[in-house]
Amino acid sequence: MRGRTLLGVAVAVVIGGYLTTRFVSHGYFYFASYVILQYIMLATAWNILGGYTGYVNFGSAAFFAVGAYTSIVLIKAFKAYFIFLALAGGLASALLGLGIGYLTLRLRGVFFSIATLALAVVLQTAVINWGYVGGARGIYILRARSVPFFSSYTEFLFFMMVVFAVLSVAAAWWIENSWVGRGLAAIRDNEEAAECMGVPTLKLKLFATTVSGFFMGLAGAPFPYYVTYVEPSSAFNLDYAVNSLAMPMIGGTTSWAGPVVGAILLGAAQQIATVTISSAWNLLIVGVVLVAFVILAPEGLVGLALRLARKRGA
Amino acid sequence: MKRTGRFWIGGWMLTAWLAAAALLSGPWAPPAQAAEKPIKIGFGMALTGGLAANGKAALLSMQIWAEDVNAKGGLLGRKVDLVVYDDQTKPASVPAIYTKLLDVDKVDFVVSGYGTNLIAPAMPIVMERGLVFMGLFGLAVNEKFKYPGYFQIMPAGPEPALDWTRGFFEIAAQQKPKPQTVALVGADAEFAINAVAGARENAKKMGLKIVYDKTYPPATVDYTPIARAIKATNPDVVFVGSYPPDSVGMVQAAHEVGLKPKLFGGGMVGLQYAAFLTKLGPKLNGIVNYDFWVPEPTLNFPGIEAFLKKYQVKAAKAGVDPLGHYLPPWSYAYLEVLGQAVTATKSTDQKKVAGYIRSHEFTTIIGKVKFGSNGEWATSRVLQIQFQGIKDSKLDQFHRPGKRIVVYPEQWKSGKIQYPYSSAK
Amino acid sequence: MSYDLLLNAVAAGLLLGGFYAAVSLGISVAFGLLDVVNIAHPVFVILGAYAAYVMNARFGWDPVLTGLVFTPVFYLLGMAVYRVYYASFERKGEEALRGLVFFFGIMFIVEVLLILVYGVDYRLVEAPYIGESFHLGPVSIAYRLFVPFLGGVLLAGGVYLFLGNTFFGRAIQGVSQDSLALRLMGADPIRIKTIAFGIAIATASLAGSLLIIIGPVEPSIGREYIGRVFAIAVLGGMGSIGGTFAASLILGVVESLTSTFYGPSWSTAVSFGVLLLVLALRPAGLFGR
Repeated sequence: MRGRTLLGVAVAVVIGGYLTTRFVSHGYFYFASYVILQYIMLATAWNILGGYTGYVNFGSAAFFAVGAYTSIVLIKAFKAYFIFLALAGGLASALLGLGIGYLTLRLRGVFFSIATLALAVVLQTAVINWGYVGGARGIYILRARSVPFFSSYTEFLFFMMVVFAVLSVAAAWWIENSWVGRGLAAIRDNEEAAECMGVPTLKLKLFATTVSGFFMGLAGAPFPYYVTYVEPSSAFNLDYAVNSLAMPMIGGTTSWAGPVVGAILLGAAQQIATVTISSAWNLLIVGVVLVAFVILAPEGLVGLALRLARKRGA
Repeated sequence: MKRTGRFWIGGWMLTAWLAAAALLSGPWAPPAQAAEKPIKIGFGMALTGGLAANGKAALLSMQIWAEDVNAKGGLLGRKVDLVVYDDQTKPASVPAIYTKLLDVDKVDFVVSGYGTNLIAPAMPIVMERGLVFMGLFGLAVNEKFKYPGYFQIMPAGPEPALDWTRGFFEIAAQQKPKPQTVALVGADAEFAINAVAGARENAKKMGLKIVYDKTYPPATVDYTPIARAIKATNPDVVFVGSYPPDSVGMVQAAHEVGLKPKLFGGGMVGLQYAAFLTKLGPKLNGIVNYDFWVPEPTLNFPGIEAFLKKYQVKAAKAGVDPLGHYLPPWSYAYLEVLGQAVTATKSTDQKKVAGYIRSHEFTTIIGKVKFGSNGEWATSRVLQIQFQGIKDSKLDQFHRPGKRIVVYPEQWKSGKIQYPYSSAK
Repeated sequence: MSYDLLLNAVAAGLLLGGFYAAVSLGISVAFGLLDVVNIAHPVFVILGAYAAYVMNARFGWDPVLTGLVFTPVFYLLGMAVYRVYYASFERKGEEALRGLVFFFGIMFIVEVLLILVYGVDYRLVEAPYIGESFHLGPVSIAYRLFVPFLGGVLLAGGVYLFLGNTFFGRAIQGVSQDSLALRLMGADPIRIKTIAFGIAIATASLAGSLLIIIGPVEPSIGREYIGRVFAIAVLGGMGSIGGTFAASLILGVVESLTSTFYGPSWSTAVSFGVLLLVLALRPAGLFGR
């Protein structure tokens, strides 16, 4: 029943996304939404690993960039269609995820986090020294002038991101509500105990890192078209690592809704901060809010809301 | 219970999103009020993040331009308003900023932020709408886009990457005996890599043998191993393409390991700012480096002195580069060009203004400006200057002529080069 | 000639490594001994660098002097930060994820405060020894690197002796292993940890002044060090001061050799590559127990 309702909501969102492109002509709306949708994907993907299993990935930027650079390679080599770029970007990143999944075999807790951090640096250096994709110089990726069914490429990008974001949230929802999610939660609570109880911990962890990697790559794949000029420091920007971690934190890490709420709120706040009074004060406020949040509302907004709803109901 | 809670959130999110879409699709800007409406010029600028030191200085001088214009009655009798957003030195924030400027703030013109990385992401938006776009210090941005409405104020020249470093190598070629070998080194980042690539071409053209050609990550802590590796190849010429912190690192390291080629410098960003000039002081003597404007008598264009006076007063308060010789005159000038074109065409029509800028020469505080077909300067005006006679680290001396001598090109030359590097004082 | 180059590269690497030790000590104590993942440590180092800059520009103080004078201030700051951290996370057993975000937020706040007060310009200090160098046979050594090296060695030595030879020091080492035993001995583990964390942050004062001697500093430069210092702490075997020192030297030398002979572009990646290898093959670190 509930699954069907949510499926309906998902379909409605996708249709709504398409209809939006028919009625809203503001480029600003699309670009601002694009950024927020991208963060919904990153935060959701991060949470599939971080929130469900407790393995903190510091290297989201690396997965994002792998997606972006995979699509650059395909654009340069084959002028491939958008959907292939996106899938390939996701798959390349999923492979990387599988790779770090094997790291979890040996590394627990913070060591795993540090390894992901190191991975980001190594990959960034490799890209910097890889001339084919522009290296440190960066590379220009020109958008097509027009796309069928859409009045501009921007609207097309926006719509694709709506679809991808819905897919990633649906994946998170499915994981959470299936035996996979229960297994992952068991890992988070006590990995050894889970192992003893016969939970296939390695397989589940590999599954989580792979899926998480896939959606991060999928979020990064359209990036070259969004920004039109990609260089390593913008694709590997620390922002992606930070936001994909901070957003679930603020929203709440235990359910699929947390990262979504966190991404919308923090993402929108950042968009608004950019276009209101431009000063470092805004950044300071974001920092203070983050600290205040982890101290005062550790279960995140969704947890807070659920608690309130429970109180009201009781 | 849990179910309703979650569903409530989902529904809330959807409503919020639809509300945002509805808000933006409705009539947003207040109705136009005929002629009194100010002319709005919008841009993103790096006010935080890596390029903020320059971005803030640029914004300051742009505000001075707006004050100057408004003091004279504005443009076409309308007041000029600047609308600026902080791009945080993040390319990813640029598309949203420019669409906001155009769709929501309804600005009349957009101009670029500072630097290639932050100009390029705005290009597709500007091109879709056929706008005039003044660029501030982008290196060869238009090479791919080939957009006729783009004009870039940094005087790199028609072949930006090559022209940038040509002077340095021509100086080398003029020396007797002619240097034979060159070492190229640069930071792993956009501008520096392009500068080094241009230098590589120029070195080949001049018949110099490249004996060292490496890049380093911008976050390098210690530059002495690099300086020493270069020294081991014993080059006649050392070309460095670097950003502010590594420029300091390379100069210091070169002194510490005794790297003394015959010609040293080329593409070091940062050696134009007061902070580094005063800190490095006498260690700069003999270095030949690019620059765009220095207070030498050959470059004393009308208006520049008055501008710098105003700038320096404000800069002291704002805590940005107190000298203001590097970027500020240019961020003033790119608005001057736009303003003059609007005045001359008596119009804010993008096509007309772009056409006028393409076909006319402008007189600005940084001299005469004429754009070529690709929107770069029709002829390069990259100067090569040599630091000479710096005895201490006082700031005063850099306000006056005599410390940074223009040695290239011939037209703007203000003194003779001291060669080789090791003999310079 | 190439033999000279090798010697010089190794020397430069050792000097750099000594400085890395100064920056990493705090992490080694906080992360290795106390299990507090203080990713904000580098930003405290930057804070130290700015203290050195201000005292140098205003009163002409030598940066090393500032580093020493401000050490108690940083010690108190560290104690305060730990108190908040303990009360908010550790006591509730939520330190793993939220503690990380907390320190990330602290890093952000300090960075932005520095930007608000001093702007984003690079800052440098003046000292008579900056820019001079001396020769040891074929090896030339810049004082600009020698002073930070010396500072790192002395700092590491000081912390080593303190941990090994004082009551508090041994208690700190004990707290990481068995806080119950500690409590039975009549020592309050929270107090011990507060002191230890204070010491960890206190090392940032001197480390910061050494950083600004080496080169120009701006508020966000600290991020570059996050990976490196954790790499060192892990390589050094978590909380072993001797191991941290050795790992610092190794990393410095590896970076310097790569930079000299292979190309500086890969020098940072090499150190992180080493870290990945060590993590994959020997998670306890090179010098771990």
